[in-house]
Amino acid sequence: MTERNVWIFIEQEDGKIAEISLELLAKGHELAGTLGSQVWALLCGHEIGDLAESVIQHGADHVLVVDHPELEIYRTLPYSRVAADLVRARQPYIFLVGASPVGRDLAPRVASALKAGLTADCTDLQIGEYTSKKENVVYKDLLYQIRPAFGGNIIATIVNPKTRPQMATVREGVMRRHDPDLRRKGSIENITPVFQPQDFALQVLSREMREATVKLKDAPVIVAGGAGVDGESEFDLIRQLANLMGGEVGASRAAVDAGLISREHQVGQTGTTVRPRLYIAAGISGAIQHRAGMDKSNKIVAINTDPDAPIFQVAHYKIVGDLGEVLPLLIRALRERVK
Amino acid sequence: MPHTRPYHSIVLVKQVPDTRNVTGEVMTKDGTMNRSALPAIFNPEDLNALEMALDFKDRHGGTLTVLSMGPLQAAEVLRDSLCRGADQVILLSDRKFAGADTQATSYTLKCAIDKIGPYDLVFCGRQAIDGDTAQVGPQVAEKLGVPQITYAESIIEADEAGIVVQRAFDLGTELVKCTLPCLLTVVGSANQPRPASARKRIEYKLAAVPAEYPGLLQKWPEFGSEELLDKHLTERNLKITVWSAADLKVDESQLGLAGSPTQVHKVSYVVLETSESKDIPATPEGVQALIQELIKEYIVG
Repeated sequence: MTERNVWIFIEQEDGKIAEISLELLAKGHELAGTLGSQVWALLCGHEIGDLAESVIQHGADHVLVVDHPELEIYRTLPYSRVAADLVRARQPYIFLVGASPVGRDLAPRVASALKAGLTADCTDLQIGEYTSKKENVVYKDLLYQIRPAFGGNIIATIVNPKTRPQMATVREGVMRRHDPDLRRKGSIENITPVFQPQDFALQVLSREMREATVKLKDAPVIVAGGAGVDGESEFDLIRQLANLMGGEVGASRAAVDAGLISREHQVGQTGTTVRPRLYIAAGISGAIQHRAGMDKSNKIVAINTDPDAPIFQVAHYKIVGDLGEVLPLLIRALRERVK
Repeated sequence: MPHTRPYHSIVLVKQVPDTRNVTGEVMTKDGTMNRSALPAIFNPEDLNALEMALDFKDRHGGTLTVLSMGPLQAAEVLRDSLCRGADQVILLSDRKFAGADTQATSYTLKCAIDKIGPYDLVFCGRQAIDGDTAQVGPQVAEKLGVPQITYAESIIEADEAGIVVQRAFDLGTELVKCTLPCLLTVVGSANQPRPASARKRIEYKLAAVPAEYPGLLQKWPEFGSEELLDKHLTERNLKITVWSAADLKVDESQLGLAGSPTQVHKVSYVVLETSESKDIPATPEGVQALIQELIKEYIVG
């Protein structure tokens, strides 16, 4: 039996490690614990050597550092060359990548090159066994790749019984990162990549990325609006309420699609998964894909005109009523309290 | 320097169940979908891919082939593609392709593209709404051995050296230059797909795969027989090409469910419920009491 190591692709931009990579290091640590193996991190970029220590502090046992000028900005071909070559040479058991634009570009390309099974956008990972009825074989210690499917109506557990590594991309925000452990020890190995001329078929002419301005994930309070919000003026009431509570504004997919607010605010399986202290769902009917992204909130207040709206199934406080009346009442009650 | 030969674009499209309208029992026991229980539609972002390819053809000339893998009913999205301006359509359909994950799907598509012949650009939607994986595009690109440009929003320019493409993400944009041939996956914000033209709707109303002949004969009995209808459609280039596994150079062990490295272990329905809940009247008193309770429990500061 080989070492059954768990590999994590570390995504970084401008010397900053992506949040999802830190979350994956924590999850990888847990999985490797179950398997009795190690967490290896693959850190690619240019002049990024000083990030390796931080990667160890967040859960890696061994860091493969590939530092090269051609890796300064992420590009599919050089990165997938490096990842596929290293995986072929070292044969990890599991290889996890964040389900970010970079990860969703890289992972399928690498999986295709390796002919490995890949599951997209997982929301949970576990170790378990799988019985193939067709072959009458029990596969032990497989990676359960758990993801919502079919518009969020079902949760599917996918396995890769035969191909290695078992690959998955994982959605940001559903796993908890560890605080860095400054005493944690690990080893660092520098790798010199070997490229082929065709790896440089694509050049990045310019790139403009901005920081996320909406911090839904860490917000203590989220006031979210949905399709039941009657236009922009009523959405302003949601903003007011969020401000008064020191929280963020969230939205359902319907509100985003209706152009009431930008996609960054979207809560749900296709947006951000959140668990604030308080979640107020205003005019959100509660499609499963939305509920699954907020049902772990500590307290949920739902306001809807329809007493049978599915959102009420997950609400701790139900208000059946019109937003145009209830939101001003909430705002007034808070203002009176603040006075 | 301009591109010297006419461009050939291939667009990969998929007919998908409309997961935005899920009702009732649509999952089978083995965890795959009972597609017939839902309305079948043209995958939304594949329409954006087709539009980008059509717009590219409008600006730079060339020809456009649309390829789809699916059951025979998927001929519908190909007919739609013809009505929107595709020059040629091909349906990949075979029981051997069924149950394919992204790896087996991309392998099958790659083998079909090899058979179609030389191309400059392959367009696909970023992802399909039935699986939301966004994996097939990059995996087809890898198997073809061509570069990929995911999240493509617009083709800024094209010349002999390649194309310049704007990519769009939630938090930014990127401008890239790439040699041809290459594969693009197109995002929904890329464009507004043109509707099918009325003239082409008439032109292609008979476009069909042979499996649809009995239905056509019911509607237009004057064709007499399937043989005569087949002759009529073939002569007018209205017979939609169907390729099975036998028409492709394939390793059959890499097709369909058997050729898929991922397997479904378990499927569960999502049930979300909270244990205790309180009804709050939509009155000033009710709302005030709620706020006071939230403050008392330190939920609101």
